[in-house]
Amino acid sequence: MSEIIIPEILQGKEPVQSVRTPIRMEYTFTPGVAAQAYLREFGKKKILANVSPVDGAILVPPRGADPRHGVLCEEFVELPHQGHVGSFCITNVPIPGRKDLDLPYISAWIFLDGADIGFLNLVSECPPEDCRIGMRVEAVWKPDDEIGMTAENILYWRPNGEPDIPFDQAGVRGWRYRASENSDA
Amino acid sequence: MRKVAVVAAASRQEEKMLDTEVEMMIPLITKVRESVGLQQTDIDFTCSGSSDFLAGQAFSFVMTLDAVGPNPPIVESHVEMDGAWALYEAWVKLQMGKSETALVYSYGKPSPGSIRDVLATQLDPYYVAPLWPDAHSVAALQARLLLEGGHTTIEQLADYAVRAGRVSDHEEYFSQPFIADPLRDADCPSYADGGVAVILATEGVAEKLSDNPAWITGIDHRIDAHHFGVRDLTMAPSVRLAAKNAGVSDAAVDVAELHAAYTTHEVIIRREMGLSVRPNAKQRSYPLAADTLMASGLLRIAEASRAIWEGGAQRAVAHATAGHLLQQNLVCVLEGGQP
Amino acid sequence: METHERLSAPLVLEYPFTRTTGPVIGAFLTGLREAILLGIKRADGTVLFPPTEYDPQSSESLYEMVEVGQDGTVLTWTWIDKPRDQSPWKQAHALALIQLDQTDTSLLHAVLVDDVKQMITGMRVTTQWRDEREGHINDIEGFIPIEGSGV
Repeated sequence: MSEIIIPEILQGKEPVQSVRTPIRMEYTFTPGVAAQAYLREFGKKKILANVSPVDGAILVPPRGADPRHGVLCEEFVELPHQGHVGSFCITNVPIPGRKDLDLPYISAWIFLDGADIGFLNLVSECPPEDCRIGMRVEAVWKPDDEIGMTAENILYWRPNGEPDIPFDQAGVRGWRYRASENSDA
Repeated sequence: MRKVAVVAAASRQEEKMLDTEVEMMIPLITKVRESVGLQQTDIDFTCSGSSDFLAGQAFSFVMTLDAVGPNPPIVESHVEMDGAWALYEAWVKLQMGKSETALVYSYGKPSPGSIRDVLATQLDPYYVAPLWPDAHSVAALQARLLLEGGHTTIEQLADYAVRAGRVSDHEEYFSQPFIADPLRDADCPSYADGGVAVILATEGVAEKLSDNPAWITGIDHRIDAHHFGVRDLTMAPSVRLAAKNAGVSDAAVDVAELHAAYTTHEVIIRREMGLSVRPNAKQRSYPLAADTLMASGLLRIAEASRAIWEGGAQRAVAHATAGHLLQQNLVCVLEGGQP
Repeated sequence: METHERLSAPLVLEYPFTRTTGPVIGAFLTGLREAILLGIKRADGTVLFPPTEYDPQSSESLYEMVEVGQDGTVLTWTWIDKPRDQSPWKQAHALALIQLDQTDTSLLHAVLVDDVKQMITGMRVTTQWRDEREGHINDIEGFIPIEGSGV
């Protein structure tokens, strides 16, 4: 490849090698039909889930669809505020913008009682070394006067002291367990 | 070449939709599959088109696969382009001989953002995007070249605006102030949220799925240079070449579905495709009145196909565009009857 | 059925991109910092401005950068009455394609006049530089009419 020929007048000048091109875009995000229903009830401390019209699977939070089958879910059920840890991760590095998180913190797939899928949330009031798959947990909500239509309503989940559920029935392992129970019946 | 036909289509457009992209697309995808009696497991290839910058979310198309039901796992692809280009990819896939049916869909929800400004991010990042020219202003630069160069007249633009339903008559058109001199509001697209889904099938299968398949007899897409300053903006050589390669002028055109989001674009597209300036070929819908970025082009193919299915046309032409100022263009010729 | 206002929330996406320039765009931006305009010669001897490392039409590699004129001609324009939020200009202005002297292609930039009545295709303009320059397309504040030049 040949060298670029630059006019004499620029010889010896410090060359520009990079340029700032920041982009900023503002959106007004609107949740869809199912998420609107979910958030309105979440603002009343109720947790809604979708019911799959195909096999009755309970999907939380509800997104208006059963993604396995590409069908709309129009039926809702309310779920209790307790469940178990399906899987978890202990993190020792901070997240920019979340200075409120003390390290290390535990993020977990929480499976609410009755739900077939988990959702990501924090587990606290539990030393990291005591966290385990199958551990029973309950929601710790913000004070009532701070509750709104936002995912921030639940501060974290904490152990509720009930006996663990068996490892092979915890989290997504429960699918296989329930399938084998059904085929036995 | 294998003969490929469009055998089903479903679409929806609204000014501002509450549904998520998934909630919007499930009924459309379900409808096209059911109308030809196929389940997802019967479909050999699925291809979609969408833009993350509209959704404001990285890899947003992955989420929309929830609307397809990719279980068991499907053969799937995506283009960050209008769905017409997803259809082209599916057409190529069917040419390879291993697949016989394809689901193609695309969608856009411009309502959460300001599309006039978002579109600036597709421009050259060193020389143009930092100036944040909005889409209508960029279109106006081309419009003035067309008007002052004698390529069109304000009256002709007014005619196109009336025909597309943007205004009821010339008086209303001329009463509008300039939105981007020399363009008025009626010259510029009215944006809509929406989506479209179609089913393609090869010869031997298509006849079983539809009484009157819309056979793709020609399809091509071409691109012009990206930089404003190196193009003659009164022309679109990519439209001309794509139309020639698709065989637009090989026979009479009964319906021409043009992706003209600005009145000035219709001037250029008609000239480059060799269509009458005074429209004689029917058009069934107008992107000027409802433009859904990423779906408008595939919608033109769906509308042209519907014209054939319903008997209103024997031979229909669909055009799709992407990028700024008619930079990239796709032309598809569809015919009824025997393959 | 219960009716509600639609819920909505602001979502802001920001990408603080810093792009590397390569040798040609880098030299062009260096020129802007020094208040000098550079184009690049194509195989047929015409000058591409603003310059790229390749000919956007033939894709041939280009090597020879040349200084071009700071005066030019307005090829086409539109009027921006109320600049959009992200625009670098806060006042009404024209947005134009400008072909500078000794170049064969055009640049998108602003023509800084107070009134749309001052705009006419073919008008002559000259580069107005910002005092503080860093090697960015906005080192050019805009273009201003050359007084008495006519069309």
